[in-house]
Amino acid sequence: MDSVIRDVLINHAKLPVDVAGLDRAADLYTAGLTSHASVNVMLGLEDAFDVEFPDEMLRKSTFESIASIEEALRRLGVED
Amino acid sequence: MTGSAADETLAVVARRIGEEVAGLHAEDVDASSRFPTETIDACREAGLLRALVSVEDGGLGASLDEVADAITELGRWCSSSGMILAMHTIQVACLVRHGGSEELATFRKRVAAEGLLLASATTEVGIGGDVRSSTCAVAARDDGFHLRKQAPVISYGEYADAILATARRTPESAPSDQVLVVCEKGRFTLERTTTWDALGFRGTCSSGFVLEATGGFGLVFPTAYGDMSSQTMLPVSHILWSSLWLGMASEADGRARKFVQGAARKTPGQMPPSGMRLAELAVTLQQLHDLVHGARARFAAADADPDLGQTIGYATAMNSLKVSASTLVVEVIQKALLICGMAGYANRSPFTLGRLLRDAYGAQLMVNNDRINANNAQLLLVQRER
Repeated sequence: MDSVIRDVLINHAKLPVDVAGLDRAADLYTAGLTSHASVNVMLGLEDAFDVEFPDEMLRKSTFESIASIEEALRRLGVED
Repeated sequence: MTGSAADETLAVVARRIGEEVAGLHAEDVDASSRFPTETIDACREAGLLRALVSVEDGGLGASLDEVADAITELGRWCSSSGMILAMHTIQVACLVRHGGSEELATFRKRVAAEGLLLASATTEVGIGGDVRSSTCAVAARDDGFHLRKQAPVISYGEYADAILATARRTPESAPSDQVLVVCEKGRFTLERTTTWDALGFRGTCSSGFVLEATGGFGLVFPTAYGDMSSQTMLPVSHILWSSLWLGMASEADGRARKFVQGAARKTPGQMPPSGMRLAELAVTLQQLHDLVHGARARFAAADADPDLGQTIGYATAMNSLKVSASTLVVEVIQKALLICGMAGYANRSPFTLGRLLRDAYGAQLMVNNDRINANNAQLLLVQRER
């Protein structure tokens, strides 16, 4: 799951840093994730994992790190 | 006298300032494109500049609703003064809601005690109007921060006692990793790069400057600017601007109504030709009024339930408020102009609408509606709830 999330980030997050080297707990917003790009990340994740984030998960905090994204996906039933 | 009595609402105080001060100077403020010193002094004296600050910190402890009502009233007399009070109050709201550090608490008390006027520097040359992105950065220098920002606009910058500026958190930070920092008078310099000679809101003196400031790191807000923006800066801005536009529209409506009623008195029993237009105007004005008051209720609800304030629906609604209100204010004033005819077109007439209309056209441009709609388009790609 970690590598698919990183692929989505590489394609959609437009981070000015190397995604492969990002700590799982690193704050993506501090790393340069804009609110505009975060929507694209959501869309990319939904496509990659065939899920739809419910309204209550569409929060800044859900997408603040690779770990928090993974946790959200697990809650939606995504397994490794 | 414009001192406030304890039993008066802020709207009543603002109305008196409008009648006794702002209304007298509005024409000259517009003609000379000058800062409305008399009105802002009167606002300070009456406590309007410290209204949002809590009583324990020396303010009036007023709600956003009460200040918004005052801005609506003031906007009937002098749009520029109302806009300055709105922009100042937006900065105060940030201080009240996010000013967590000891230094910011001290500064907040100074705002109340000394009646400081706060300006803002959020846009930056070369960024293209995106306030959620910065080139300049807060840099460490001599036990404090140093900041140099090329601001295409700092409204009333030369008259402000402090300027709240956005910048990247550190010189190494990403453009979107922003903080808000208080630049205090005496610790900043302004080098003017453009002058303000515009169609409307001429008294806001919204020139461009190079801002250079130093200060203690405690004056950097601890909350990320992105969070302050979505929770406070953006909704409060849109609510206070819209409240001002409501005041401008209400003033135009008042003049149109007087015009029609004057005509009706001459021909009792016969509807004046502009009677139907006035009815149409009332429909549009009510849309604007209810839009603004609905948004204020939405903000109060989000204040009570922070989770609501984080929803995409809340963000798109607060964006839509600005797009809608900025369009409706022009519609209302245009309708009033059709009703008043040449009496509204003339500059020296009790029904004159020229200044109000010129000011109103600024509403769709100050943060362009296209940008706001583009943001909403993006958010709507993932919005789920109604």
